[in-house]
Amino acid sequence: MHLSLRVWRQKSASAPGRFETYEARHVSPDMSLLEALDGVNEDLIASGGDPIAFDSDCREGICGACSVVIDGIPHGSRHGTTACQLHLRHFRDGATITLEPWRARPFPLIKDLVVDRHAFDRIIEAGGYVSVKTGGAPDGNAIPIPKTNVDRAMDAAVCIGCGACVAACKNASAMLFVASKVSHLSLLPQGRVERERRVLAMVRAMDDAGFGGCTVTGSCEAVCPKNIRIDVIARMNREYGRALLKGGSPELAL
Amino acid sequence: MKLLPQLFHSSLGKKYIMAITGLGMLAFAAVHLAGNLRLFLGPEVLNSYAHGLHRAEESLWMIRVCLLVLIGLHVSMAVVLTHENRAARPILYERSRLPGASHASRTMIWSGLMVAVFVAYHLLHHSAKAQVSLTGHDFAAFRTTLADGTACHDVFRMVVAGFSQPVVSGFYIVGVGLLSHHLSHGIEAAFQSLGLRNRAWDAAVRRLASGAAWLLFVGYASIPVAVLCGYGREALQ
Amino acid sequence: MPIDAHIPSGPLERKWERHKSDLELVHPRNKRKYDVLVVGSGLSGAAAAATLAELGYRVKCFCFQDSARRAHSIAAQGGINAAKNCCNDGDSVSRLFRDTIKGGDFRSREANVYRLAQISVDIIDQCVAQGVPFAREYGGLLQNRSFGGAQVSRTFYARGQTGQQLLLGAYQALSRQISLGNARMFSRTEMLDLVVIDGQAKGIVVRDLVSGEIASHAGDAVVLATGGYANMFYLSTNAKGCNATAAWRAYRRGAFFANPCFTQIHPTCIPVGGEHQSKLTLMSESLRNDGRVWVPRRREDCAKAPGSIPEEDRDYYLERKYPSFGNLAPRDIASRATKEVCDAGRGVGPGGLGVYLDFGDAIRQMGIETMRERYGNLFEMYERIRGENAYEVPMRMYPAMHYTMGGLWVDYHLMSNLPGLFVIGEANFSDHGANRLGASGLMQGLADGYFILPYTIGHYFASGRPSKTPADHPGFAAAEAGVKARLARLLSVQGKRTVTSFHRELGRLLWNDCGMTRSEAGLREALGRIPELRAEFWGDVRVSGSGGEMNADLERANQVADYLELSELVCRDALMRGESCGGHFRTESVTEDGEARRDDAQFAFVAAWECRGADREPMLHKEPLVYEEARMSTRSYR
Repeated sequence: MHLSLRVWRQKSASAPGRFETYEARHVSPDMSLLEALDGVNEDLIASGGDPIAFDSDCREGICGACSVVIDGIPHGSRHGTTACQLHLRHFRDGATITLEPWRARPFPLIKDLVVDRHAFDRIIEAGGYVSVKTGGAPDGNAIPIPKTNVDRAMDAAVCIGCGACVAACKNASAMLFVASKVSHLSLLPQGRVERERRVLAMVRAMDDAGFGGCTVTGSCEAVCPKNIRIDVIARMNREYGRALLKGGSPELAL
Repeated sequence: MKLLPQLFHSSLGKKYIMAITGLGMLAFAAVHLAGNLRLFLGPEVLNSYAHGLHRAEESLWMIRVCLLVLIGLHVSMAVVLTHENRAARPILYERSRLPGASHASRTMIWSGLMVAVFVAYHLLHHSAKAQVSLTGHDFAAFRTTLADGTACHDVFRMVVAGFSQPVVSGFYIVGVGLLSHHLSHGIEAAFQSLGLRNRAWDAAVRRLASGAAWLLFVGYASIPVAVLCGYGREALQ
Repeated sequence: MPIDAHIPSGPLERKWERHKSDLELVHPRNKRKYDVLVVGSGLSGAAAAATLAELGYRVKCFCFQDSARRAHSIAAQGGINAAKNCCNDGDSVSRLFRDTIKGGDFRSREANVYRLAQISVDIIDQCVAQGVPFAREYGGLLQNRSFGGAQVSRTFYARGQTGQQLLLGAYQALSRQISLGNARMFSRTEMLDLVVIDGQAKGIVVRDLVSGEIASHAGDAVVLATGGYANMFYLSTNAKGCNATAAWRAYRRGAFFANPCFTQIHPTCIPVGGEHQSKLTLMSESLRNDGRVWVPRRREDCAKAPGSIPEEDRDYYLERKYPSFGNLAPRDIASRATKEVCDAGRGVGPGGLGVYLDFGDAIRQMGIETMRERYGNLFEMYERIRGENAYEVPMRMYPAMHYTMGGLWVDYHLMSNLPGLFVIGEANFSDHGANRLGASGLMQGLADGYFILPYTIGHYFASGRPSKTPADHPGFAAAEAGVKARLARLLSVQGKRTVTSFHRELGRLLWNDCGMTRSEAGLREALGRIPELRAEFWGDVRVSGSGGEMNADLERANQVADYLELSELVCRDALMRGESCGGHFRTESVTEDGEARRDDAQFAFVAAWECRGADREPMLHKEPLVYEEARMSTRSYR
């Protein structure tokens, strides 16, 4: 099959950007979209052009590196699929596909389709952990955890931190990402100990980074490659209200 | 950490305010509708209800002030949040699809602002009784006497006179339609923002939201529709 | 020259306990004086960085990905082993130890493996405390499943994403230390050289992958947690970015490389779809708990739809050949059995390179919902890639390059022969011998990072009292200049072939001559061809762009240049090891019934190679493998 790829090209954050169209000829329906990009890059390198920069690593939908908006939808229109797992069999032969980077103020562009997602790391650093040191942990079976709680925690913990939720949201809100971690940890007895501080600190970090607010449009869950649902956001809202009422503080008393 | 500053500073806090003020106004809209529907019980019931309300002038003012505070908070938070949300995406996509987002959820700020304009007009229309020019009636001059002999303002006649004009009725129906559209997303979002939602209750909350929005629409719209169909015309004779 | 692994004396089961209490300590106040550079943020790297920072060392952690959370440990699906005997099925530390030693075909170091089995228990507890949502029973206790090479259920798991959850646990622990100011993270930063001063590792040279800037970092110890070199084969289950450059640069600076020919081929991966393929995807070994592997009995049935082939015409060859382990035979054995049936013309799918992994029986027995709960995400992944529904038709599988047991040589302290250079996780060679058992990779990574290195690194500081090297020592500038010159050379060739075309050619060559089976003739041919290919590379490669910007092509070129050297060492080691053991199968060394024939008399040693410069042959050092507890026996899974 044959595809035209309209790709956002931008040398650096400060340089002006534009769309350029590349022809992917003789591609196979069994190829992933990123493999088609690999092919375009091979041609570009051979002909002395500048290959397209894009993030990608594991290519099996779990590392969360790939981040392309495909025809207006982060990771493309296939449900529960990352861009690296999106195969060309889902496109029409001869189609023109528009590829854009994640667009959000907290995700500044680095080059072409590559953006900087450090804001996510900073949110986790603010409180997305259980404060235990290595060693001295009690037996893993010391506290039984209801299977339903673990399953629900796992539903949230599968987040791969790709940022598609931010890219899809009309407000560039990071609520689904933050709520996934808050939900995961608040559903487990190990994480409950510091639940108030965690949610206050993570929300503050989220707001400080400049992400927008949630207006419950559901775009985030529609594009989440791990099918995380917005009920995690409701849980976080509940946790946050609880923390406020209990007079919690986001500060870490050292 | 202080509760109030936290509420007004964080995006989640602002959403709590949106949700609580929104639900407050929803409660008002429901009570207001219950009052309006007395129209169907005849002029005597409606007029004595209206007269009763006006006699309790102090409580009425309290309700008005509360309502103004709710509206003020709701609108100002909406404007602030919209501004912040826009700032979070300075460069737009060339192709923007907003997957999964309902029309109502994408246009809350616009439906909300239009409802605000409608409410302002509506207050002028009925409460301030300033509809002389459009209908040719002087609403303030509509007086009647209740069964117990009390003289009072003839609200029944005013309503019928107003809604007999198709333009007025049409505008009103569009207005409550926008309100319901706003609420169809707003109620669900309020539950979400307050965290009053989980997987087990998800479907119920959705049904409640759309059911309530439809109920309000049908309830409010039934009055102009009934008047246009001829209900209460005899009051104008 | 024999080399000393510094294995403590005393009975096997008490070695680590006793040794730990003998190790010298650094006073808490003094720990702030030591800088530790941790390269890599996967399971072992993130665990080590977090734990060392907790202890009070000043830690800098580097990764080439955009975030520490993306390291390829995240892709491990099936689980992590631990000898907790939760199932009351007879498991114990010594049984895990014996299974691992036997699984590794008696080519691993006994004391290391025993320590690993002992520590395995603590790992689970640590991870639970961090909030890892391991699968649980309805009663709330931890659940287990079984894995290849074991007859007990000792594998803890979190759906099909165990690696992800363990990595996120370590990443979160590291994030906490970053927020406390004890650790600093350098993402999108790749290590391109090791700085060795007076025989001690004193720092690293890195390239900022965004700006292209070359810089160096000085430290009192360097910890390499940079993973394996499976990507040398071009097609492997590793992430695209995984590479051997850090380890190879350390080798070039004097660190020994041990058992490079011990590479693991995983039996159940999604078969290659075509020339365009950029990587291969593994389907967890856990699937073989319920899936049955088969091919048609007759060659003429191979083109038929699998459902139309009746039970009696199917050959469940793993169950037939290895009745006691069946479909859960170890990876090396299952892979070779698969190759055997495909070579015999009974493979299915394009090119006859595939076998069925069939869940029909399991679905009939346990129902589709149970299957969905156990393996839902794996079935989805299969459907995304192949476009087939595995609940209805059997999966098609073929072996693929997956893991490298070989790596930089380390002693019992996980320190290489270069003082101050520690190597942990897949990057070292230590615990898996000639074959790694499923669910043991995660165990080793976390054991090294959480529970071994934090003790031994302190001992190095306290006992060796390494001298402080100032950051303006000329050794750093020299190393930086070397890196810059090499990158400039890569950019200056401006030939006609792309980096990928060289990489693909090298991969094909290695897969054919140094893959599932290896022969003397094939290896000699490869050893002849690799230097030619290397010369062609340096004479004809085309690298686009410049060094002063984000340039993935340049990164890749630099990595492939290293593969073109490392692959030669791998083939050399494979040629030297004239026996079959684990993943290393020499066609000249087989038993009468076609199984691997190990040669303990000649080859019971760790082969540690020392670099003597680019133009001289490397020197082989042998570390003899002495077994006090385990009895060296022929490995049988029949």
